[in-house]
Amino acid sequence: MTDTIGIILICLGVAFDFFGVLGLIRLPDVYNRLQAATKCVTFGSMGILLGVIVMQGFTSFGFKAIIGILFIVLAAPTAAHAVSRAAHRSGIPLAKISIVDKYEEDKELKTESVQKEIEV
Amino acid sequence: METKTKSRIIVFVFALVVWFALTDIKDYQEALIGIAISMLISFLTGHFLIANVASQHLIKRTFHFLLYIIRFIWEMIIANLEVAYLVIHPMLPIKPGIVKIKTKLTKDSAITVLANSITLTPGTLTVDINRNKGELYIHWINVKSKDIDQATKEIGERFEKTLTEVYE
Amino acid sequence: MKVLKWIIGLILFATFFFFNFLIYEGALLLKLINVILFSSLLVLIRVILGPTAADRIVAVDILGILIIGLTALLSIYYSESFFIDVGLIWALLSLIATLAFSKVLEGRQLDD
Repeated sequence: MTDTIGIILICLGVAFDFFGVLGLIRLPDVYNRLQAATKCVTFGSMGILLGVIVMQGFTSFGFKAIIGILFIVLAAPTAAHAVSRAAHRSGIPLAKISIVDKYEEDKELKTESVQKEIEV
Repeated sequence: METKTKSRIIVFVFALVVWFALTDIKDYQEALIGIAISMLISFLTGHFLIANVASQHLIKRTFHFLLYIIRFIWEMIIANLEVAYLVIHPMLPIKPGIVKIKTKLTKDSAITVLANSITLTPGTLTVDINRNKGELYIHWINVKSKDIDQATKEIGERFEKTLTEVYE
Repeated sequence: MKVLKWIIGLILFATFFFFNFLIYEGALLLKLINVILFSSLLVLIRVILGPTAADRIVAVDILGILIIGLTALLSIYYSESFFIDVGLIWALLSLIATLAFSKVLEGRQLDD
């Protein structure tokens, strides 16, 4: 019984991993790729690790999987945030179909504040 | 008791539990090594964990945190189904853009949790935070409104209510 | 051009899924491992093609998270728990590398 549930969870995880990578290939610019890839691949790997926990129970095996889930949930959004901010600050534009960019409008204001921080 | 000492004790217990769970303990030497390493870790890095121990309403806050986790998992499932639909769709029906939302949270940890959960939920990705004004810049894959108040209502308020209960 | 890309992609996916799920005779876990390896190949295509540096950084970061899933599947298949350790360390190093790369991309010093 637990084996069946675990295998189902693992299959779902692999499917979402594949969708995330498909998004990484198909979507038009860095930010959209980051969205699809981060969400789907994080969820997929979480599904696989959850399947491992269900199949193995709370042994040292399952505990390592729990640590893996916690690590992924904390690390993936942080990396996505860092990359997107760096990409925008280094001047990579949004795709042509984008309709609004509030961050670009506030940019002059922001660079001033950054310089102020460095001086202090 | 001082806050730093309290924080170190919490880290010590936590590290010891992790050690005992990760190793199948067979004799007393492994347990001794675990205790020694946990003491080293708590001595070196223990005072970073908790800046101020607030002991009021602990049960209520834990309850709201559990509520928040359930909400978060639900939103995450919805997010992934949406992104899977977008990716399979042959025409790629997206309308991306960066919008600005407001937040009332002030503590560092609360804003971090809010930003991370915005990143993992439907169609949104936190790009930058302006902490002085309490504003977040969000990349939205399917922009529904450019207005700041409307966007705040659409994105931020799902989590903000529960997080206010947890942290403040 | 767009139609050509579509046809190439569909032929690639159809061939892969046909051989993996209908021709190849192995355990279910091995087939799933093959799917993840194929996804890693697609990520490497993004690393090669990616027009900007940020695309390549994103792809490498995603590869790190995929590897955790791959090692979890391997550890289930061989019933050995140490594979997950390998995945955890890999993801940790990939996170640090991503943060360092994005700081360099932003034009700041590493000790900023």
